[in-house]
Amino acid sequence: MSLLARPLRFIPWLPAYVALYFFFLYLPILLLPIFSFNNAATTTFPLAGFTTKWYGSLVGNSVMLEAAGNSLIVGIAVSLLSTTLGICAARAITRYRFRGQRAAASLIMAPLFLPEIIVAVSLLMIVLALGLELSLITVILGQTVFCIPYAMSVLVSGFEGFDRSLEEASYDLGESAIGTFRRVTLPVVAPAIVSSLLVSFTISLDEFILAFFLSGTEPTLPVYIWGQLRFAAKLPGVLALGTIMFAASILMLTLAEILRRRAERRTQMAHF
Amino acid sequence: MADRAMIEIENVSKFYGIYKALDDISLTIGEGEFFSLLGPSGCGKTTLLRSIAGFETPTAGEILIDGVPSLALPPNRRPTNMVFQSYAIFPHLDVAENVAYGLKRLKLPAGEERKRVADALDQVRLSGLGQRKANELSGGQRQRVALARALVMRPKVLLLDEPLSALDKKLREEMQVELRTLQKAVGITFILVTHDQYEALALSDRIAVMFGGRIAQVATPKEIYQRPRTREVADFLGGMNFLTARVIGEKGNAVSVDAARFGAVHLDKPKGFAATNGHVTVGIRPERLRLLWDDDRAPHELAGRIENRAYFGEVTHLTVGVDGLEQPLSMVETNNYGADDLPIGAEIRLAFDPDAFVLLAEDPPVSRV
Amino acid sequence: MTAAAFGTMADTPAAQRRRPWMRSEEARGLAMISPTFLYALALLFLPVLIVIAYSFWTQDYLDIDRTFTLENYRQALTEPIYRDLFIRSLWISLTVSVATVVFSYPIAWFISFHGGVHKNLWLFLVTVPCWTSYLLRVMSWKVILGYGGVMNTGLISLGLIDKPLTSLLYNSNAVVITLVHSWAAFAILPIYVSLQKIDRTLIEAARDLGDSHLRAFLRVTLPLSLPGVISAFLIVMIPTVGDFVTPRLVGGKDGMMIATAIQTQFGKGANWPLGAALSVTTMVLVSLAAAAVVFALKFTVRRIR
Repeated sequence: MSLLARPLRFIPWLPAYVALYFFFLYLPILLLPIFSFNNAATTTFPLAGFTTKWYGSLVGNSVMLEAAGNSLIVGIAVSLLSTTLGICAARAITRYRFRGQRAAASLIMAPLFLPEIIVAVSLLMIVLALGLELSLITVILGQTVFCIPYAMSVLVSGFEGFDRSLEEASYDLGESAIGTFRRVTLPVVAPAIVSSLLVSFTISLDEFILAFFLSGTEPTLPVYIWGQLRFAAKLPGVLALGTIMFAASILMLTLAEILRRRAERRTQMAHF
Repeated sequence: MADRAMIEIENVSKFYGIYKALDDISLTIGEGEFFSLLGPSGCGKTTLLRSIAGFETPTAGEILIDGVPSLALPPNRRPTNMVFQSYAIFPHLDVAENVAYGLKRLKLPAGEERKRVADALDQVRLSGLGQRKANELSGGQRQRVALARALVMRPKVLLLDEPLSALDKKLREEMQVELRTLQKAVGITFILVTHDQYEALALSDRIAVMFGGRIAQVATPKEIYQRPRTREVADFLGGMNFLTARVIGEKGNAVSVDAARFGAVHLDKPKGFAATNGHVTVGIRPERLRLLWDDDRAPHELAGRIENRAYFGEVTHLTVGVDGLEQPLSMVETNNYGADDLPIGAEIRLAFDPDAFVLLAEDPPVSRV
Repeated sequence: MTAAAFGTMADTPAAQRRRPWMRSEEARGLAMISPTFLYALALLFLPVLIVIAYSFWTQDYLDIDRTFTLENYRQALTEPIYRDLFIRSLWISLTVSVATVVFSYPIAWFISFHGGVHKNLWLFLVTVPCWTSYLLRVMSWKVILGYGGVMNTGLISLGLIDKPLTSLLYNSNAVVITLVHSWAAFAILPIYVSLQKIDRTLIEAARDLGDSHLRAFLRVTLPLSLPGVISAFLIVMIPTVGDFVTPRLVGGKDGMMIATAIQTQFGKGANWPLGAALSVTTMVLVSLAAAAVVFALKFTVRRIR
């Protein structure tokens, strides 16, 4: 290991670069909370004192609260749907070998490599061409397509290390197929499943483009925020809302990561 | 051999496409036997074991467990239990819950279940570790939990898939002794799959040696070692000196051959004996050749020259060239008398016992297609 | 299976009674993946096919004329406004992907080779921002680069400039900066994964055979991490070419990208076939550009001996 550690002496600027990178990565994000507590209607320096009034203004905002409710409904539905479909695909890929496996996986993961607007536009066209109405349901269906690749990556790593002989041992000891799934498979991959639910929910909560194109009269939070951006006066309120959303997302992602690691430890442990 | 047959394998074959994993295997394993399936990787021993357990379905043939045709039964309905190579300890359950896993379906009264689990843990010398979490166990401990979990089900047959291969040498040797003791105490049939010849020799009542999906020989350890049927079997277990000998004559159950410098040797004629061009392959184990020191004499002697010498602590392996023999002979000598000091090129004399020769058949080359 | 095996199977009474309790592996695998696959087929593949179909039709207010025509593509490829948008969008996405890959590679390298026990933590810290709301992050750049924004007022109060800079916002530079910030972390993951796969003893062997650290990196590490670099390029380049939010919020007129034009066709413009044609053209163009970049990368890296 020392042979590889020495290069660091030759690139002394690297740790400084990493620090700088993190600084620039997080700085813009930290500005939102900073200005959401700022006692001024514009985002200028120097800061004008601490206040929580912008957060207060959110409480009575019925339009915003309705959008928040929509986001919650959509988020829960999307996370359940993508995780369920993700479980099927992840198990199929890690457990079995079959022809067309790679093609199927590529199609499912394709949204990662496409411009979101094209996915949004094409879904819009098919929905309207079928004569359906835009509603939260269309948003749910559309966002699921987009979330499945993320759910799948989490679930695949959860299923990958899963030793097949654990299920065989369960059969050998007399358990049925369903019983095996309930008593062995599910508990071992449960952390990965919960992690996938959290990740999908977070992505759905923050997702804008698909919601923008596919929601009818019921906006989600990002769509609501977009509408507010035209009004300069509403900016601090939007910043407050944005800060709350950021905090919620980061919290859920942290939780998801902790669970994903726990799942990894469990499945890796099955190998001596 | 035991009185009653517990496992009867009749003409079992297993094909994967055109690949023959098992080729018309027939075998009977008795009740209470410690039986080993021994062979190199890919010989089919694990496939056969998994077929008995129910995780592989033979393409042809039948397997009877305690007289019952079992191929239609799924693994969870067979009176067998398996110790997996990776142990397959459930990571989300502790030791006691792991051991009790199969008992849950029986819905025993709580006291009864606890007692059986405790007894099983005692049997594998893990008493008191019931509350230990699965990820806190060492390799050897996991192996015992896997054993306890299988034995608590009171199966008629315990199947072990290379259970000791992951352990280091010292631990492996300890566990080998324990396995043997355990089997004697429990009294049920054990079927062990291993590629380690010494393990099979030490533990088994009988061994089946397999190559290329076929059984080469089934016999007691002593017989397999001292009277290997084929060249492959002889080569797989221990070292062997092979010689081509010319057939001199056959009479009744014996055949006489001229084993080059070893002179005339009389051997038992096996069934279906056929010499190729009047020649056969015979073999003699390295440890059956004895160095003669100073003025020692023996009824059968040979002169040779040390070509190579390898020190192994307890013994020294010698390579001895003999005029008239194409290949040098391998010998194994203990180091009590200075075998490790013999210089290369030293002229020595060795003694041999003509009765120690074995006649080796040549199995047809194994084809997988 | 040989004929002999077939024969034996038919003869054995047990074989006739036996029900395989596990169907073939392939059948189960296909059955398992089908719900997800069919979902993607219906809601991804099919819609894209419909888009392609529409691009060959024309729309007259609310009626769709289904006669095959290349009129939309003619418009898309020859009208100056669309041509400009295509060129600018491709240029921006290329710049952004080059910048993100170059900036992110050292970070990925650092985490992979010097991350130590806390590799996962580093990775998490670096990728968490990109999984938060994209809209909010672009908004924060608007806040930074604006006339009365953080950058300007900060520089003024520090005394470095007298008047606020107007060149920060509402141009393609702002778009590039914002996109680089948003997508940088996305590029890290694929590069990291391919760096992790490199057998460390290969690098040690190169050093043993006389290479300096730099040479060993250029001749061993870099070529072996190429699949990850290519992945990173694609993950950034293709989605950013169709980015909608950033040009709208910080691009102004100078930074407009093709996504705005596409969206117009589905909103006020009400010319779906044209929108479809623009979308298809965008995908084709960016795929060609991506293929060119990948080819160029492989070519140059192969030349390093």
